[in-house]
Amino acid sequence: MFGTHYRIERKSIMLAVAIMVVASIGGLIEIAPLFTIDDTVESDPKMRVYTPLELAGRNIYIREGCYACHSQMIRTLQDEVERYGPYSLAVESKYDHPMLWGSKRTGPDLARLGGKYSDQWHTAHLKNPRDVVPQSIMPRYNWLSESQLQTKYLGDDLRALRAVGVPYTDAMIENATADAVAQASPDDDTAGLVKRYGEATQIRSFDGDKGTVSEMDALVAYLQVLGKLSDAAHQPPAPTK
Amino acid sequence: MVSGLTISERQRSMAVLIVLAVIGLVMAAAGANRADPMQAHGFLVLLFSLGVLCFVLNGYFEPEPSATRLTSYYDDPSKAGIVIAMLWAVFGMFIGDWVAWLLAFPDMTFDAAWSSFGRLRPAHTTGVIFGFGGNALIATSFHVMQRTSRARLPDQFSPWFVLIGYNLFCLLAVSGYFLGITQSKEYAEPEWYADIWLVIVWVTYLVLYLRTLARRKEPHIYVANWYYLAFILVVAILHVVNNLAVPASFAGAKSYSLFSGVQDAMTQWWYGHNAVAFFLTAGFLGMMYYYLPKRAGRPIYSYRMSIIGFWGITFFYMWAGSHHLHYTALPQWVQTLGMTFSVMLLVPSWIAAANALLTLNGAWDKVRDDATLRFMMMAAIFYGLSTFEGSFMAIRSVNALSHYTDWTIGHVHAGAMGWVALITFGSIYAVVPWLWKRERMYSPVLVEAHFWLALAGTLIYVFAMWNSGIIQGLMWRTYNDSGTLTYSFLDSMVAMHPYYVARAIGGLLFLIGAIVGCYNIWMTIRRPSGASALTDDALLPANLQPAE
Repeated sequence: MFGTHYRIERKSIMLAVAIMVVASIGGLIEIAPLFTIDDTVESDPKMRVYTPLELAGRNIYIREGCYACHSQMIRTLQDEVERYGPYSLAVESKYDHPMLWGSKRTGPDLARLGGKYSDQWHTAHLKNPRDVVPQSIMPRYNWLSESQLQTKYLGDDLRALRAVGVPYTDAMIENATADAVAQASPDDDTAGLVKRYGEATQIRSFDGDKGTVSEMDALVAYLQVLGKLSDAAHQPPAPTK
Repeated sequence: MVSGLTISERQRSMAVLIVLAVIGLVMAAAGANRADPMQAHGFLVLLFSLGVLCFVLNGYFEPEPSATRLTSYYDDPSKAGIVIAMLWAVFGMFIGDWVAWLLAFPDMTFDAAWSSFGRLRPAHTTGVIFGFGGNALIATSFHVMQRTSRARLPDQFSPWFVLIGYNLFCLLAVSGYFLGITQSKEYAEPEWYADIWLVIVWVTYLVLYLRTLARRKEPHIYVANWYYLAFILVVAILHVVNNLAVPASFAGAKSYSLFSGVQDAMTQWWYGHNAVAFFLTAGFLGMMYYYLPKRAGRPIYSYRMSIIGFWGITFFYMWAGSHHLHYTALPQWVQTLGMTFSVMLLVPSWIAAANALLTLNGAWDKVRDDATLRFMMMAAIFYGLSTFEGSFMAIRSVNALSHYTDWTIGHVHAGAMGWVALITFGSIYAVVPWLWKRERMYSPVLVEAHFWLALAGTLIYVFAMWNSGIIQGLMWRTYNDSGTLTYSFLDSMVAMHPYYVARAIGGLLFLIGAIVGCYNIWMTIRRPSGASALTDDALLPANLQPAE
């Protein structure tokens, strides 16, 4: 063994190839099967996709680094299920490119945040968390209400997501900008949005200001849909094949 | 510095910089067209290239270096890299301590988007890992590979391309977070164009390394180079796979990861954990395997332990990433594999740590008297401690308590401050007098002060986070007699306050230590070269290396 090594360490290319081979094995065995074993991700035919407004909100969540303090992954532990709700299933983040499972809970888990608080609470909380939770150590995001949401190029985002596997239709991509505006404008014509994204789509002015579509609208729309794209976690497990 | 380049190398540098400036201009124009934050990055690339171009032009007409340069090692890039690494250290640690204070006093910041916790935090991690750690690795690897190969770098252009190109990547990364440009993948936040640029730089780095090895006059490749080589190769694999993404538009910064959900989680933590393995461990073990025996004046304790440690680390680490995903939606078989290999990983890790400490046998009097060597000794101890802690925390039932809590943060910092930063400071204090041909550091007393500041800071930090993490984990799972959860999440958060203050104080001590180090290095460089400079190891062929 050490004799062999004595020879290998005299040849730089051989050493480099050996390092790459030895280092690749673990990843290949652990990652490649996740794409081929069907049981890895549960199936949910009724799984919804993010609307353009929710997607824009998700991108704000990413931009502001919310994932650094909030997880979106409830583990299969009793106290977590009691605190946050049914444990997270793989299918629930099937359309999350990238996933936002997180690694740290400086604040609570957000996997099932949708519907837990009102829009007004979220808006007030994001503007200054200490107005509603005096002990909170979360940063203030008071500029979100004043920043108008950039909706013009949302079609590009949907198209890129379709390229990596999210089932956005041509109609969704074409109407991305209009749909984003419509979701935050309940008085407008929202029939197309509902037709494309389903009856369960939440349509309202999320930040309470009907005049404009702000980044606050988008972020709150995203927070209110967390855990609501799929019902799989709330149903009894399907019998194994 | 430009005077060290030949005329053709100066021309090549200018050509590369002009191409880069044009790319910057195109990026700025494309970004401006969409009001995309990539516009700012375009201007950054443009200004950066023009700035370096001015520097090259300024020295363009200096006489060419004489052929005698080929009889000595080429150390200018190492010198620059060390200075840059120390600047990044102060920046990264300053941001780190700032965010630490923010967790105790959340309004200690400006009323602006760039200065909120979520944007500052990746600036801290990138600043210390890639800015400080990466530059220190590049600078020392140039120094070590030349000495252990007894060969000069093959040319004078490539090392500068690697060093300056790498720092452009770091600048794009950190400025991106302030601007809101991020992929959100931890320790792989920079967007697609920065990632592509890093691939170009990294391939140049690998080729440079292999070219230097090809010129070596030693039949054997020294163990430090195995580690540096593994660091370069595996980081390349990890970086390319984890950053595969489709840009929303080539005129914008935003991209979407090729992977989603559970596959993305596994890929991300395969990357994340092995960034720890091959960036923060393998690279720095390379540093340790050269500077520790050299400073102690002792050969490496065991050749066989070096071999077992190296291949064990290279093989086992790559399986361990899934321990970041215990009890999640990741299939259990992957979790179990990750746990098993993480526990086995303790063996090669401790072999490497023991090999370092046993090397000091016969030199413990030097450890007592020489703070530089003590930095390295303490680093090896922290390496042993944090690898033990890591294997322990990877056990599923332990992880149930520790995951998502500050214990993880404590563990990471035991490794990052105790191991990575201490071995780097030790190596820098060893190499600065050698590179600048000084008898010793400007002030050994300040080295001593830095050592105690760094050690105290690390211990305060780690103890605070152990306490807060375990308390937090226990509070989350405590039930009262009626069978309901005792504490709200908020209760656990409020309980963290004193530990967050303590942590910020520990971090402050560490930061002050780094600033003291900067001053000491600066004064060492400024001091006129002593006639009685230490053994001039800059001349080829070098004196014998410790392990030979």
